[in-house]
Formats: sequence, structure tokens, C-alpha cells
Amino acid sequence: MNKVVAGPDAAIHDITDGATLLLGGFGLCGIPENCISSLVKKGVKDLICISNNAGVDDFGIGLLLQRKQVRKMISSYVGENAEFERQMLSGELLVDLIPQGTLATRCLAAGYGMPAIFTPAGVGTEVAVGKEVRNFNGKDYLLEYAFDADFAIVKAWKGDTMGNLIFHATARNFNPLMAMAGKITIAEVEELVPAGSLDPDAIHTPGIYVHRIFEGKNYEKRIEQRTIQNA
Amino acid sequence: MSLSKEQIAQRIARELKHGYYVNLGIGIPTLVANYIPSGVDVVLQSENGLLGMGPFPTAEQVDPDLINAGKQTITTIKGSVFFDSAVSFGMIRAGKVDLTVLGAMEVSDQGDIANWKIPGKMVKGMGGAMDLVASARNIIVAMMHTNPKGESKLLSRCDLPLTGVRCVKKVVTDLAVLDITPEGFLLRERAPGVTVEEIQSKTAGKLVIPSDVPVISF
Repeated sequence: MNKVVAGPDAAIHDITDGATLLLGGFGLCGIPENCISSLVKKGVKDLICISNNAGVDDFGIGLLLQRKQVRKMISSYVGENAEFERQMLSGELLVDLIPQGTLATRCLAAGYGMPAIFTPAGVGTEVAVGKEVRNFNGKDYLLEYAFDADFAIVKAWKGDTMGNLIFHATARNFNPLMAMAGKITIAEVEELVPAGSLDPDAIHTPGIYVHRIFEGKNYEKRIEQRTIQNA
Repeated sequence: MSLSKEQIAQRIARELKHGYYVNLGIGIPTLVANYIPSGVDVVLQSENGLLGMGPFPTAEQVDPDLINAGKQTITTIKGSVFFDSAVSFGMIRAGKVDLTVLGAMEVSDQGDIANWKIPGKMVKGMGGAMDLVASARNIIVAMMHTNPKGESKLLSRCDLPLTGVRCVKKVVTDLAVLDITPEGFLLRERAPGVTVEEIQSKTAGKLVIPSDVPVISF
């Protein structure tokens, strides 16, 4: 079984206007740089993007925002982006802010084949408005639904031709969860190896969740807050 | 003399106990890591997916794939482990993290906290704060006692949109250390040179004042 596609353009070829995308990464760490560039080039519009953050003005999802390709963002934290703020305040861009753990677990539920979860995050706050509350053992929980996304686009450190993935350090973050949650999952990896080259015990995402894989090029891996110890 | 941000962090660090897993929020809470008492072995959790966060890297050690929840470059300590965001919030939700320290815009005398949204201003989002405050067993808030306008941030009821309800256990400000009790803010300690009267005048919520309020020593 071979999941390898030629590159990012081929990987995203059937993403069309209005698609719902899960995009891996935390801040700019572990984002699918190659696929984002191809989405910008393809010019698809009205995207619904589910991603913990929305990039910065000139990198990550910020590149899609610049071209006004995003209709709605579902994120937990969106601070670092002036164009995002402008579009949000002008009403061009819809924004749904949800707790980070809720975001992660709604991906997990989708990948585990479960329709919903109960979480205490947001109980008693405006996040709870309109949501079912259930009490278990004396504590209130909110009903939150599994994501239903057309595509998941993730970035891994290593992957093999069967789509098995290994992540590196904190670039793992949402990537394995979103990989499990997409109807079609696209993985871009820094190093693509033949099936059998990865230790089966070390694989984070089983290839069954991954439909397309390719080796990405020219990773910039921009750092948002370069913080150095005083010498 | 009110406490500096470093002194607030230093005072909170005394709450750390041997063997604790601790999550430190952005701002003053981050500084707590600089004052962990010697002999107290704690492991720092970063909710983007790391247990065993170490100090900032040297220029040579910088790895763009290794950041903390504030998106700063960091290092790991011996015995560290990486995991995905569901595992990270799983351990938080399951109460495995012993102590959470975070900043706040407002705290109520019932332990409600508001720290994510000011209506009419740009809303950046709650990040992991709502998950943390909904589940952490012990939450300490580090903040200034008053806002830049001089208004109390310790209220009978939060005016700003809530992050969580009845969850904060202790507040350490530039003026005082206060426990949240069923009776309200219990004044435990005061900053050097700060009078009980000043604390009272700057606390809008219900304040319980014991007969003896010791001065925080450094």
C-alpha cells in the first residue's frame, strides 16, 4: 500500500471552496508549511479552518488570511495577527473561540469514532451558552461534539510510504489528533522513508488514518518567540 | 513597599512541594520557575505537550520544534516527555497536575476568575485557561491587587466574562497573600510596609482580617 503523492499541489488538488480543514500546529510550531503555500497558490476561498492558532501576518494561516481565503476560524488563541484582527472586527471573518483542551478532544473524539465528549472546560462561562450541561458525580460538564472536517492537513517529522507518522518534540501538539480526525488526511513530512524503516513501536500515528503523504521542502520553521538564556 | 513581580513569583514558589507537577501560565507565573526552593523537585508541565520543561536554551540549543505554551523556545530536563494536546489536557482534566499558577484580570471572593476577554477590545482567546481552571486541583492566581486605573481586581463578583467559576484557591498580589474561603478573601500575609488598612481599601470583595497578619519575609 502506497500513499505517496508527488507534492503539496497533488495532495490538496481536491480541496475546493468552502471546505472545512483541520490544520495541525501550535503557534508556528509543527504547521504544514508546504500545504499552506499550495492552498494560497490554488486560491481556494471560503475555507473553514480549525486550528489552535491563526498564524502571524506573513506566515502560517496568516498567508491564507492575507488573501481573504478564510471565512471562519475555529481556534483557542488568535493573538498574533493584525490582519486577522482587522477582518474579525470588520465582520469579514467569523471566529469561534473554544478552549484548547476542548479543541484537542473534539479531534480525538472524531478519530475515535465517538460523536461527542463531556468536558468541564467552560462551565459557567459564555462558552457554555446554548450547550447541554450534564452533571456527573456532582460536577457539571458541557456536551461538545466531535469535529466533522473534510480534510486534515498535518506536519510530521518522519513518515513512511504507508502513511505511518512520527512527530518531533512539541511540534507534535495537535498533529496526531487532527490526523485521526480528517475524512481525508494529508501528511507532509520532513523525511519520507520506505515502509519498514520505522520502528513499529515508535510510530505515533498509524498509517490507516493517513491518505496522502509527501516529503515537504524548504521548511522555514519560523520561531515566534526566540528566547535565549542570558550568557 | 509593594512586591515586585519577581517577589510575587518568589512568594508563590514557596507553595511548591516536593514531587509536584506544576503548570505555570504566561507572565508573572512563568517567573515562579526561577525561585523553586532547593531540594524541592518539581516537574513543569507545558500544555502544548511537554512534561519536564527546562530553562531557555543557549543560542546553539535553539530548536524551533521545542517551545512552551507561550511559544518561547525552551529546553527539556532529564526524564522529560512529549505528548499530543489530547494527552496534555487529559492529564490536566484528570487532576494529575498538582498546581496551576496563572494570571487574572479579576478574581471574586467566591474563587471565580476572569482572565480572557474584555468586551469591546480585541479578544485573543482563552487558550488552555478554561480547561486548566475547570480541572486543576489547586489554583493560585498571581496578579496586581489593582488595575492600572487603581480599581480593585479582588471583587465580590467578576464584571468581566468568566474563565471559570469557584476554582481559585489562593491569590498572591503585590500587596498580600489571600486564601479563598467560604467567608471570602482571608488575608494571610501582607507585603512589607503595606498596612492592613491599605489592603482593605483596595479590596472590593469581602475581606476577612485575622487578628495577626504577618509580613511576607524575603
